[in-house]
Amino acid sequence: MYAEFDLETPERLEDALAVLANGDGAAVLPLAGGTNLVVDLRAGRIAPNRLVSLGRIDALRWIRRTDGRIALGGRTTISDLLRSAEIAQYAPALVDAARVFGGQMVRNAATVAGNIACGSPAADLVPPLLCLDADVVLTSAAGARTVPLAAYFTGYKTDLRRPDELISEISWPIPAAPSANQFYKLARRKGDAITVTGVAISISVTNGVCTTARIALGAVSPAAMRARGAEALLEGHALTPALIEEAGRRAAEECRPIDDIRASADYRRHTVHVLTRRLINEAWARLA
Amino acid sequence: MSREKTIVLEVNGRRHRAAFPPHRTLLEALRELGHVDVKCGCEKGDCGACAVLLDGEAVDSCLTLAWTAEGRAITTIAGLGGATSPHPLQEAFARLGAAQCGYCTPGLIIASESLLRKTNNPDDDAIRLALSGNLCRCTGYTKVFEAVREVARGRAVGGTQ
Repeated sequence: MYAEFDLETPERLEDALAVLANGDGAAVLPLAGGTNLVVDLRAGRIAPNRLVSLGRIDALRWIRRTDGRIALGGRTTISDLLRSAEIAQYAPALVDAARVFGGQMVRNAATVAGNIACGSPAADLVPPLLCLDADVVLTSAAGARTVPLAAYFTGYKTDLRRPDELISEISWPIPAAPSANQFYKLARRKGDAITVTGVAISISVTNGVCTTARIALGAVSPAAMRARGAEALLEGHALTPALIEEAGRRAAEECRPIDDIRASADYRRHTVHVLTRRLINEAWARLA
Repeated sequence: MSREKTIVLEVNGRRHRAAFPPHRTLLEALRELGHVDVKCGCEKGDCGACAVLLDGEAVDSCLTLAWTAEGRAITTIAGLGGATSPHPLQEAFARLGAAQCGYCTPGLIIASESLLRKTNNPDDDAIRLALSGNLCRCTGYTKVFEAVREVARGRAVGGTQ
């Protein structure tokens, strides 16, 4: 059965932030799409005293291109990503992730900020956003601060967000050089499945040299992570099959997977190697 | 602490006033109000049997708290049509054998309608994407796809609805 809780349904962001600020600690939780939170409530995994629904706060639901960046409001839904021309053009890795995210009804309700805030190492939007060098804006009644997504997670389901803060905005720079990004989710099915291994990559190429490389891994460590050693192998070089193979192997060494019901740690390492190599090869072939 | 609140839910164009506690899901509230055409399946957002349109967009009513649906237009399968005046999707599902045991059918039709309100000519990839949250263990989906394609063609040439 449910623990008892209060539910607020404010229409203005300030009102939602005020409820969070007056929470006396962690007993107040923001409720966005509810696709994780309501399941956890019913299962008794969480027992908040109060929920603040963000469902009526349209000020947090937008996608725009400004000042060389793509930015979106935290309550932007997964379906909103699939309908956006800006996302299609500048963040195909996010489109790849959104297409294999839950089912239609979940995508219509679930939000970008919610996917980050839930903190699952298998959250499918996080590797694409990491490979895009995304920042998140944390807003409270006292003000806002911006933190790199790469610094946001501090461990398994732990992060920098204070209980009185919301992830109000996510943004990333549009690369100046020709670039490509993509994501692959390895899972039992395309829809409605939890990720076994998720790999997102982004590379920029100038004069035949890979100037920037990002490799982000999901479901193979306590929190989604960058494979920085593998990235460093690629940056500053014209990519060859041997170098890309080496980067794949390095990414597999860097990840810290576990055995669980979905796959063994060995299998996850193997698939990090294969998928990193495959995605970098495809992106390089398109750009070079 | 946890207390009931009287809210107004607009279901299929009719307004219901009723008191619910904050943890009541929209699925539970709708069935309490007599809308048992909305089916209860997995209650965790995997099966799609409980799908309803909320302001025209399909959501799982099992993951929606009833209070958050106040002021929004809720459409269940019965709101699309019924035996005497079926919606084109209902008619096509029945005629083409896209319903077998029928438990998933309300959710499948709601998800299909949500798709067709956004696009008139979905390809199979778009249909697959739209129905990825609806589990059907009888039909194998082949006839479901036939029904959705047929209704989409009808709308594309300026047919019903």
